[in-house]
Amino acid sequence: MADDYILELDDVSKFFGTVIALQGVTLRLKRGEVHCLLGDNGAGKSTLIKTLAGVHQPSSGEYRVEGKAVRYNSPREALDDGIATVYQDLALVPLMSVARNFFAGREPRKKMFGVIPVIDMQYANETARDKLAEMGIRVRDAGQPVGTMSGGERQCLAIARAIHFGAKVLILDEPTAALGVKQSCNVLKLIHKARERGISVIFITHNVHHAYPIADSFTLLNRGQSMGTFAKTDVTKEAVLDMMAGGTEIQSLVDELEGRAA
Amino acid sequence: MSAINESVSNMIQENRATAPEAPTSTDERVRRISPWRILLDRPELGSIAGTVLVFVFFGIFAGGSGMFALDGVINWAQVAGYLGILAVGACLLMIAGEFDLSMGSMIGFAGVLVAIPPMYMGWPLWASVLFAFAGCMALGALNGYLVVRTKLPSFIVTLAFMFILRGLTLVLSTGFANSTIVSGVGDKFAEDPVINALFSGTTLHWLFTGLAGMNLIEKLPSGDPVVGGIPKVLVWWLVMGVAAGFVLSRTRFGNWIYTVGGDSNAAKNVGVPVRRVKISLFVLTAFCACLFGVLQVADVGSAAADRGLQKEFEAIIAVVIGGTLLTGGFGSVIGACFGALIFGVVQIGISYTNIDSDWYRVFLGGMLLLAVLFNHYIRSRAASTK
Repeated sequence: MADDYILELDDVSKFFGTVIALQGVTLRLKRGEVHCLLGDNGAGKSTLIKTLAGVHQPSSGEYRVEGKAVRYNSPREALDDGIATVYQDLALVPLMSVARNFFAGREPRKKMFGVIPVIDMQYANETARDKLAEMGIRVRDAGQPVGTMSGGERQCLAIARAIHFGAKVLILDEPTAALGVKQSCNVLKLIHKARERGISVIFITHNVHHAYPIADSFTLLNRGQSMGTFAKTDVTKEAVLDMMAGGTEIQSLVDELEGRAA
Repeated sequence: MSAINESVSNMIQENRATAPEAPTSTDERVRRISPWRILLDRPELGSIAGTVLVFVFFGIFAGGSGMFALDGVINWAQVAGYLGILAVGACLLMIAGEFDLSMGSMIGFAGVLVAIPPMYMGWPLWASVLFAFAGCMALGALNGYLVVRTKLPSFIVTLAFMFILRGLTLVLSTGFANSTIVSGVGDKFAEDPVINALFSGTTLHWLFTGLAGMNLIEKLPSGDPVVGGIPKVLVWWLVMGVAAGFVLSRTRFGNWIYTVGGDSNAAKNVGVPVRRVKISLFVLTAFCACLFGVLQVADVGSAAADRGLQKEFEAIIAVVIGGTLLTGGFGSVIGACFGALIFGVVQIGISYTNIDSDWYRVFLGGMLLLAVLFNHYIRSRAASTK
């Protein structure tokens, strides 16, 4: 049943000149699951998510959303289909207020004197504050610049924004990469909340310890190729770690260090 | 500084005192901020303070010289108005993260586009004015298109147009008028009631005559008021300033301008049409430059190849004094208007004092440097986490 999958990449390749960024990658995202995309630097994770987000078009292969083949020419088109991507830079402007960032590009409008369309700032402020509160972040004032928020709060703001605007698929690019332990935990909780709402999540990371607790399935990427997709029930954390590029190297390093210490 | 520290520490103590009563509703990590610091975060603060400073300065050194008499006020307000129109456009463009160095040359170019067709090709004036606006805005669009298309810095693209347009202005005026000045167009303005009403002379004439009749303002020996009305340039400045300020702070397009300037990649990723925003702002700066050119031709009665020389820099200075960041993403139209006002007051005011007017540029450069340092401080505070 193709319809079980909200998003599918079928044998997709992407070339940049002579560089093969992706080679025959197949990825299937079920409705309401958290799918972890694991891979080391240079594995093609960024190219893959940019393809999903509509920034790149596949050089070959098919991209299907809810069973229908699509070809997005811009991120906006993907967004209109409910595929929202939260990049590492979070697409937040530090000098702008929380509310203005929350609604950037999709400003709520009202008519001033019945004719002039203006931003409904009151609605924007209240909604931004409420949505963040739902995610467990209290903002003193939605008019404060985003630059005053911590990294974890910014991550949550970006995710809350995507959810608010009706994301069916949430693509998170290394959301925990620059965060501390507690903040990473908050972001993982947020992913869980999103799943409870029926949102499908693609969670990109190279940290198995973050990926394993939350994910329902994993796809491993290495040097532009998929090393396969595994359901969490079929695979242990150690096995995932081993399969990742660098996993074995880390293990041998651990052995070596422990051997030296002993 | 110590007063601020004291008030901050007082507030922290206050928070601690109230914390046990309402532990769930307040976040112990959120610090109260004094109104003074909120004021410091406003972009226009520097320019308003600067304006006050400049007025105090000239109030002391030129108070009795007639600078603040009605005709004196109109005198420097007019200079501020011309620059203000440019600054409004330059401000929005700079907030969006780009410059337009071709604005000054565009003023001269717009002037010959207005003057040559009626003088040498038999066009009616209204057609040539429309032609000038259309031509300039098309050039603005070309500027913008080249910038977004090539991703080259707008500095270099518009620098090229600064020379191209200045050169074309010279070519056109010498080619048609055999001189760097195209004169006689003032008569054409007098003949066209609509164009005349839009761009020439003054307005609210009846008010000034009435006030003079009641002896409320100074009169000439003939009984006419010493100032015939509000120059059209001030009306245009007001209209442009209010419109741009409104668009920037209240509309969706304004939010896009901030987003594009703050982080154009982020803007693209949230679905803001970055290219369209930038190109339309280049069209706006071209419109402002053309408006400047047309008003000046209407005022002087001729077009000249050297009109608007260095005005692009003056506009940028006014905008920066107004608190807009050179890197974009932060700024205000009100600030830019105050920046232009400072310009007008200083440029004209200095001749009312005993100070050698050669000091004018020294003063402006100093203002610019101070403003940039101040803005840098504000920005580093606003963008920092703590």
